[in-house]
Amino acid sequence: MNKNLKNWIDITSGVNVRKCMRCGKCSATCPSYDEMEYHPHQFVYMVEKGDIEPLLSSESLYKCLTCFACVERCPRGVEPAKVVEAVRLTAVRKQGNNHLIPDRIPEMLDDDLPQQAIVTAFRKYTK
Amino acid sequence: MQVNENFEPVIVAFCCNWCSYAGADLSGTNRLNYPSNVKIIRVPCSCRVNPMFILRAFQKGADGVIICGCHPGDCHYTSGNYFTRRRITLLYSMLDFLGIERNRTRLEWVSAAEGAKFAAVMNQFVEDVKKLGPNRRLEDLRCRKQ
Amino acid sequence: MQRIGVFVCHCGTNIAATVDVKAVAEALSHEPGVVISQDYQYMCSESGQDLVKNAIKEHKLTGVVVCSCSPRMHENTFRKAAASVGLNPYLVEIANIREQCSWIHKDIASATDKAIILGKAAVAKVHLNTPLTAGESPVVKRALVIGGGIAGIQTALDIAEAGFDVDIVEKEPTIGGKMAQIDKTFPTLDCAACILTPKMVEAAQNEHITIHSFSEVSDVKGFVGNFTVTIKKKTRYVDETKCTGCGLCTEKCPMKKVPNEFNMGLDNRTAVYIPFAQAVPKVATIDPNYCMMLKNGKCGICSKVCSAGAIDYKQTDKFVEQKYGAIVVATGFNPIKLDKYDEFAYSYCPDVVTSLELERLMNAAGPNGGTLLRPSDKTHPHTIVFVQCVGSRCDDGKGKQYCSKICCMYTAKHAMLIREKYPDTEVYVFYIDVRTPGKNFDEFYRRAVEQYNVHYIKGMVGKVTPKSDGKIDVQASDLLSNEQLHINADMVVLAAAIEPDKSARPLATMLTTQMDTNDFFTEAHPKLRPVESATAGIFLSGACQGPKDIPETVAQASAAAAKAIGLLCKNSITCNPCVAHSDELMCNGCSACEKVCPYGAITYQDKEFRMPDRTTAIRRVASVNPAVCQGCGACTVACPSGAMDLNGFSNSQIMAEVDAICK
Repeated sequence: MNKNLKNWIDITSGVNVRKCMRCGKCSATCPSYDEMEYHPHQFVYMVEKGDIEPLLSSESLYKCLTCFACVERCPRGVEPAKVVEAVRLTAVRKQGNNHLIPDRIPEMLDDDLPQQAIVTAFRKYTK
Repeated sequence: MQVNENFEPVIVAFCCNWCSYAGADLSGTNRLNYPSNVKIIRVPCSCRVNPMFILRAFQKGADGVIICGCHPGDCHYTSGNYFTRRRITLLYSMLDFLGIERNRTRLEWVSAAEGAKFAAVMNQFVEDVKKLGPNRRLEDLRCRKQ
Repeated sequence: MQRIGVFVCHCGTNIAATVDVKAVAEALSHEPGVVISQDYQYMCSESGQDLVKNAIKEHKLTGVVVCSCSPRMHENTFRKAAASVGLNPYLVEIANIREQCSWIHKDIASATDKAIILGKAAVAKVHLNTPLTAGESPVVKRALVIGGGIAGIQTALDIAEAGFDVDIVEKEPTIGGKMAQIDKTFPTLDCAACILTPKMVEAAQNEHITIHSFSEVSDVKGFVGNFTVTIKKKTRYVDETKCTGCGLCTEKCPMKKVPNEFNMGLDNRTAVYIPFAQAVPKVATIDPNYCMMLKNGKCGICSKVCSAGAIDYKQTDKFVEQKYGAIVVATGFNPIKLDKYDEFAYSYCPDVVTSLELERLMNAAGPNGGTLLRPSDKTHPHTIVFVQCVGSRCDDGKGKQYCSKICCMYTAKHAMLIREKYPDTEVYVFYIDVRTPGKNFDEFYRRAVEQYNVHYIKGMVGKVTPKSDGKIDVQASDLLSNEQLHINADMVVLAAAIEPDKSARPLATMLTTQMDTNDFFTEAHPKLRPVESATAGIFLSGACQGPKDIPETVAQASAAAAKAIGLLCKNSITCNPCVAHSDELMCNGCSACEKVCPYGAITYQDKEFRMPDRTTAIRRVASVNPAVCQGCGACTVACPSGAMDLNGFSNSQIMAEVDAICK
C-alpha cells in the first residue's frame, strides 16, 4: 500500500472514502459500467485499501464520463466520481504531459460533439 | 508583552450538574490530566450562573472564568443553556466595552460523555489565559491576597 | 456560631497517593467555624460514616464538609448518615478531591494546594447552608397513554390490569395504529389482525380504560404525579354515543372518491367512513374535506339513513380536561416520504410501491381482497424487485442516518409470502447488509433464501425506469459477481425508512421531554432507564423512542406500564427541596422570572403588605410552586431585583465559593 499516494488522492479528491458502506449504488447507475475494468465502487474500495497503482494504469480512468450520476445517487455522500477524477489527474500529472493539446482541437471537432465535452476533456486530460 | 513562565493563573470553572460536572468526573475517572489551576464550582444548570458571579471572580483576582453546560438541545432543564448562551453573549459585549480580553471568559458545551473534551478544553483554556497574563484590569486590588 | 466538621477521605490510595490528606485536614482545621477536622481511610465505609455521625453528636456540628469523591457518588450516603443523627441532610457539602483533583493531577504539592482550596470553598459554602425539607406532593391515580397503536394498547392494558384508570388518546378515528394495516407478522407469519383486534376489543371493554379516538393532546400542565392535560376531541360530525357502527351511512354516501388512508390511498372510501371493519370504537366519521353537505350544504343522505340519529353536522371540537399522575408517550412512526428519491420512480409509476402499500395489496381486507395484483393494470406480477435501505443509513441529506431496523425482516417476509402464494413469481431482493438480530430472525431469512428461492443480491438498485410496455427496467449492481444488472420487473417494492410521527415534536415541547436530532424521544439513560424520559412522570413506549419491531414494541410497552404503575402505586412523591423561592418584599412583580421558567412553576399573586407608614398596600409578587420547580435557577439570574434565589445554590453560597477559590 502506497500511503503517500493514498494521502494525495484523499487530499486532491476531498473525499472521505471511509464513509462508503459498500452498497454499490454508484456502480448500479454508472452508464459506462460495461466499458470499465474497475467500477466506481471498486475505485472507492481500492483507494480506501491504498491499492491505487492498478487504477493508475487502468483504461477505466478514461472511460468515466464524469456524469456524476454516482455522486448524485450515493446515499453516503462519498462522491465516487471525484475519486476517479483524482486518480485520473494523478496519472495525467505523472506522465508529465497533457493528453489534449489546444492546437489539435480543430481537427478533432465534430458537429455532433457538444461543447461541454471539450470543456470536460480539458479538465480531464490536461494537467 | 512578556510572558511570565511562572505565572499560575486562577481559573474558576462553573459546571452544570447534569452534563459538564459529570464530564469533569469522567475525565477524572479516565485519568485525563488538566492543570490544577482549574477549580470547579457545581451549579444545577449553566443558567444558574449569574454574570455577577463572573465579574465577582474577576474582582477577587481570578484570571479566567469558564462556564460549561450541556450541549444546546440537551439541557436537563430543556432550555437553560440557551439562556446562558444569550447572557454570556451580552456579557462579552460588556467585557469588550470595558476592554477586558475576551479570551478570559469562555462558554463551552461538554456532555457527560465527553471527559476527553473536558480535559482538552481546560488545557487549552489554561494555556490561553497564561498567554494573556494576570488579570489586572478587573481585579480589585483591595481584594488581593497579601 | 457555626460548628463545622471537616472529614478528609483517603479513598485507600486513590486520594492519599497524590494529595497529602493530613495536610488538607490540618489546613482546613484553621478555617473559621471548623471545630473538628479529621482524615480517615474510607469515609464512605460503615466505620467512616460512624466517625462522621459520632462527631456530629459529640461536637454538636451545624455543618459537615466531606472531602472525598464526586458528590454524584456519595453525597446521598453522607446526607443519610447526617440525617440519621438528627442533622439536616442539606447541611452536608462534598468537596470533590478525587475525580476533580487527585485523579487528574500528578504533582503532590499542587494537588494538595488545590484540595485545600476546594475544601475551603466547601467550608465557605456550608456556612451559608440552610436546613431544607423535601416536600411531598400527591399522585393522581390515573394514567394517560398518548397513541393507540399496539404500544399504547399494550401499555394501557397492563396499567388497567394493575387496577388504575387509563385514558388512551388516539388521533385517528380508530385505535390499532400501524399494526392494523399489516398483513402478516414475522417470524411466525401469523396474521396481524388476528392477534391485534382481540387486544383492541379488550381495551374497549376494559372498565378501567377510556378511549378518546379522533382526539389530540392540546395542552399539558403540571408535573409528575399531577399533570393536567387538555384533550381536544376533534369534530367527527357523528355523535359517538349514538352511533352503532351499522355502516349504513357509509354505504349510502354518494361521495365515493376519497383516497382511503387505511389502504395507503390504493383504493377509495366514502366521505363518511369507518376506517376498517374491526375499528375500535366502531363509529363513523365524516371527512369535512369531501362531505358535500359540509362543503356546500347539499346532500344530507347520511343523516336521513341513520336510524340512531347520530349524524350532527353542527358538531364542533370539544375540549376535555383531566388530571393524570403519569403520562406514557406511544406516538409511533410513519414511513418517510420518498419524493426526494426520483431514481426509484415512486412518484410517477403506480407499480413502484412502498412496503406498507404492499402489505395492503396482499391483505385479504385490502383493495384487491388479498390477491396480489399490479396497481396499474390489475394483472398478476411475475417479477418483483425489492429494494432495501431506501432512505435508511443515508448521509446525503435526503434520508435518515439510522438503520430503520425492521425492513430486513419484513422484506424477507414479503418475499417469502409471495413465493409461497405465487410460485411462478421471481423475487429479487437487493440488500446492502441483511440485519436479522432477533429470536428466530436469521433462521427466517435463511428460509426465504433456501426454501423459497428468493434471489438475494448484494448490491443496490441505481435506477428504476418504467417502460412503454408496462414493464419496469431495474438497473442495479451485483457486487459479488461484479456486474451491472438490468431486471425486467413487473413491480418494485421500496423498503422506505421509518421516522417518528409528525405529532411527536409539538408533543415533546408540551411535555418538556427531550428529543434527538431525528425527533425520536430520548430515554433517561440509553441502557439503564430505557422507558423513562428525563422528565419525571413521562414514560416512553414503542417506536416513538426508536425503530422497533412488534415484539420489541410490546416488551417496551409493558416495561413503560410497569414504570408508570410503580409511580401510580405511591400516594405521594418526595420533591427536590433545592428549588427557587422569591423574597416577596424584594419582588417588584416584573414577570421576568415567569417568562424564563421552563416548567411554569412561577405564578403571580396580589398580596397585601404593610407599608412603613402603617398603611397597607396590594402588591403583585411572584410565588414559586415548589412541587413544580425543578431547581434550574434560570429565574434567579433573570430577576432584576434579586428577589429570586435558589435553595442549596443561593447567590451568597456561590459567591462564597468564588471568593474562597480566588482568595
